[in-house]
Amino acid sequence: MMNRHYWLILLSIFVALVAALIPLPRALQPFQPDWVLLILMYWSLALPHRVNIGTAWVVGLLMDLAIGSPLGVHSLTYSVSIYITASNYQKIRNYSVPQQSLLIALFLALYHLLQFWVSHFLIDIYFLPQYLWPVLTGSLSWVWIFLLLRKYRRHFRIR
Amino acid sequence: MNLLFGRNASLQLRLIIAVVLSGLIMLGDRYTSGASTIRTSLNTFVSPLFYFANMPSEFLNWSSQNLDSRELLLAENASLKEKQLLQNAKLQEFNFLQSENLKLRALLNSSAKLDNKKLVTKILSIHSNSYNQQVVINKGFLDNVVEGLAVVDDLGVVGKVVQVGSSTSRVLLMTDNTHAIPVRVLRNNIKTVVEGSGKLNQVELPHVPHSKDIRMGDILVTSGLGEVFPEGLPVATVTNIERDEGKPFAKVYAQPIAQLDRIRLLVLLWSQQAEVISNDE
Repeated sequence: MMNRHYWLILLSIFVALVAALIPLPRALQPFQPDWVLLILMYWSLALPHRVNIGTAWVVGLLMDLAIGSPLGVHSLTYSVSIYITASNYQKIRNYSVPQQSLLIALFLALYHLLQFWVSHFLIDIYFLPQYLWPVLTGSLSWVWIFLLLRKYRRHFRIR
Repeated sequence: MNLLFGRNASLQLRLIIAVVLSGLIMLGDRYTSGASTIRTSLNTFVSPLFYFANMPSEFLNWSSQNLDSRELLLAENASLKEKQLLQNAKLQEFNFLQSENLKLRALLNSSAKLDNKKLVTKILSIHSNSYNQQVVINKGFLDNVVEGLAVVDDLGVVGKVVQVGSSTSRVLLMTDNTHAIPVRVLRNNIKTVVEGSGKLNQVELPHVPHSKDIRMGDILVTSGLGEVFPEGLPVATVTNIERDEGKPFAKVYAQPIAQLDRIRLLVLLWSQQAEVISNDE
């Protein structure tokens, strides 16, 4: 694992984790997109043999520890979402970026509903429609993240 | 390197393994206590994340402090000195009352209450799970923090410590769904329990029978019964009571006395009890 490709991917995931932890003003907090999941999805589409379910599981566990949710919630939901993108990467790559963002909205909705269901089972929370705002903001920022990470990948020739 | 054929079979196997492992970890975290030791040891991996995530707000605080005008700092200094002088005067009264209390308890042959050990801690600016109400503080087991410590701010009770890392810990706020604290009403010593409801400024009292004498404006303080919170700390004020005779219990809502959306510095309290050897034994 000493090759630089892996370290550069891990660096981008590290930046996403830090971005997920920085608190936004309270009014903007419900609209924060899920940076870590979006970046994992990009890497699983671009390099599915490098970033796969194992990476998603470990990053999900780190996210659980960092955010304080019950252990295993994020690793389960990330693994399922990355399974969907990694098994269909050829089809998703062929769409244009705005069409991809619609698909990403669908995957994010699945992720949020799954996460709510598991959290409801573990810590008895109730559903509010406001929990689904990150689906909209996440799919809007997908265009930006895709272009940014593609430039990053091509510049460093990560393969 | 683009593969021509996707490796779909092993993906499903990996998904099944990932789901099973996640399920085991979830059940282990919820139903066993061994998970807290695992979390403590794994927290060392996440502390660099906390350090980096806290840096922007630390930098903003530092720069705003350094850019304060000199007059502002002098005025703040003077008001703090005055406040400290008044509090020191009150503390002299408190010391006298405490020694009198100790002597009276010895006369009655009951156990004395020692001074609680305290530790001041700062909240790190870290976003926590939106389904929980938690904050992260900057002291860990290297500072002798253990799970279950009471956490207060200068106005009242804030919550308790739930997870401990090496240099950071998590505090569960009392407004969280899963937090409950035994209290008594200051006016007439009725014992009840305050549970969080998930909303930042409201807690509720479950299972209050219609006949219980609780009124609006009642102050609730800790009763010390759960052995987590020391006795007598202010918790909440009752704001709303709905007595519907058709329902088995009344609904009582209260507002926490500590301002939970504005906390910056917190105090951790260790609650201790000690026996006092009385004079004639």
